Amino acid sequence: MTAVRTRRRVALLACLLSGCASLANAAGGTLRIITWADYVPADVVAQFTKETGIKVEVALSNNEEIISKLRATRGAGFDLAQPSQDRILGPQQEFGIYKPIDLAKVQVDRIQPDLLATVRRNATIGGRLYALPYVWGAEGLVVNTKRTQINDYLDLCRADLRGRTSVRLRRPTLMAFAFAMGKDPFALYSDTKAYTALMEQVGARLIACKANFRFFFDNRDQLLNGMRSGELHAAMMWDSGGWKLNRENPDIKFIAPKSGALGWLDTYALPARGKNEAAAYAWINFTLRPEIAARIAKSIGNFSAAKGADQLTDPVLRAQFAASFPEGFKSVRWYPAIPPGLEEIEGRILDRVKAAK
Amino acid sequence: MAETTTQASQRLILWLLLAPALIWLLGLILLPHLDLALLSLRERTGPGEYAFGLAQYRTFFSEPLYWDVFVRTATLSVIATALTLLLAFPIAWTIAKLTRGRLSALLFAVCLIPFWVSETVRTLGWMILLRETGVLPSLLVTLGVTEVPIEMLYRDATILVGLVYTSLLFMVVPLYGSLESLDDSLIEAGYDLGGNGWTVLRTVVIPHAAPGITAGCIVVFMLTLGNYLTASLLGGKNSLWFTEQIYTQFITRFNWEQGAAFGFLLLALSSVMVWIGLRLSGQRFSDVMSRT
Repeated sequence: MTAVRTRRRVALLACLLSGCASLANAAGGTLRIITWADYVPADVVAQFTKETGIKVEVALSNNEEIISKLRATRGAGFDLAQPSQDRILGPQQEFGIYKPIDLAKVQVDRIQPDLLATVRRNATIGGRLYALPYVWGAEGLVVNTKRTQINDYLDLCRADLRGRTSVRLRRPTLMAFAFAMGKDPFALYSDTKAYTALMEQVGARLIACKANFRFFFDNRDQLLNGMRSGELHAAMMWDSGGWKLNRENPDIKFIAPKSGALGWLDTYALPARGKNEAAAYAWINFTLRPEIAARIAKSIGNFSAAKGADQLTDPVLRAQFAASFPEGFKSVRWYPAIPPGLEEIEGRILDRVKAAK
Repeated sequence: MAETTTQASQRLILWLLLAPALIWLLGLILLPHLDLALLSLRERTGPGEYAFGLAQYRTFFSEPLYWDVFVRTATLSVIATALTLLLAFPIAWTIAKLTRGRLSALLFAVCLIPFWVSETVRTLGWMILLRETGVLPSLLVTLGVTEVPIEMLYRDATILVGLVYTSLLFMVVPLYGSLESLDDSLIEAGYDLGGNGWTVLRTVVIPHAAPGITAGCIVVFMLTLGNYLTASLLGGKNSLWFTEQIYTQFITRFNWEQGAAFGFLLLALSSVMVWIGLRLSGQRFSDVMSRT
């Protein structure tokens, strides 16, 4: 007992004398990640800590909160963040919350080239890349086929579904409804005036539809519970949530809407003032290993950006994927980078929808 | 000479004793507010560029939506405060006047117990009770009151229920304090002089308890006005609480300038409402504060 205590004291003293920070870095230290639910599975963390000695602390969040939290500290507090690829450019130009990725420190050849190309297109600023792809999927519709049949976003507004549908009061909903109305919001990204006009149209459509929405959901579980309990018959949802419901109840299906599913791609990004860059690169390379990437993809229920982690080897998911996307991912639209200032326009429209009676 | 040293050391002790409070006030309340005030007076001119201006306040007055939410929040808060007072008065009266010793301590504990769990859990509890597939709607169907389960969530009435429930204790405590100190013989004298229950309440009890009532109302009104969780969870798609607007501006719109301006408008609103309340009830702020 005393021997252990003495040894600890000696270690502590040594640590104080040599400067704990450098010691912590050499021994691995702590990696602080801000990310989405299920993105950092506990068993993967355990293996990573065992191999590298780096402890991992995870904070769960979403796109807006990641940006807001990093903005508040000017990019400190976390060593790795996982925002969507379209949310890098605007916030980086506006607030400077990330630092560029040093590609020499990453095993880039392990990343699927087409996904890397998408991120390169949307997250390169001044010739430097600010993000790498991690996980991707698509947003579409989840429907309880026992209760109703739908095939596009605007069907959520059908009279027979009054009070039985839900969407998020966020920008993906605006985009989805714009496409369902036969418009292309992405083409108007650079034309503020036309974009505002289109958003006003979409806002009016959503307001007309408001009686159909039982609530605007804020998190995945809120929606899953609504679908499970039967309070909701159909909703806008992303694939992993839809397939999760499908595994529990085969009547609930995830479908790609006629106007096209919206593809999202979440990334690795380095906060500007992260302390443990070495640990962040170690984690990126670790999670790009095919077998680790496959485990992560399974935990999330989506698809990994790492080569060889093709999660479609899981027969259940393969069947679900084939049923939801009979033509594969051909009809999926990827979000282009959002220019700064655009979200203010959308924000005002979303506020109006919320306030409408 | 000796005397001045004592005086000086006494003054030093006084300052040392005040220091934590002063540091608190200055560092955690005054400075952040100053920072927010400056923030609310900025407008964005380009990526990462800002200039001085009143645009944020102009937006508030030019977009009817924000103004509506503002008025709505104030109105519902006043209603919630009035309901809380109506509910809390009999409770405080029972504890202070009708029960003694153990029983009154027990009643106090009963009021306190819900506060042992966090606000989130309490609010989620209400959601489980009131949602369409929840306890109360299915009970009503079983009893034959309604044919199909009805959705009780996402209505203004639900928000009020949640707000009153959350703030009841903060009304009971100051009311109890002021009713406790009322001499029973004064009430008896009121009856002896021919008064009925109503006149005694109006002319004896309420004037005596007025500082307590005002204190409770101020606390409850502030809590309600600044409530975020109850209003947004129970209110659903129509909740529209002003604090929610502030959160949205800060977190999901990245518009700190607008959020800061909204924050100051809310501060102004609560200050004005409290001032009006004091004016109407004829109370002095210092009297009321000594009761809270």
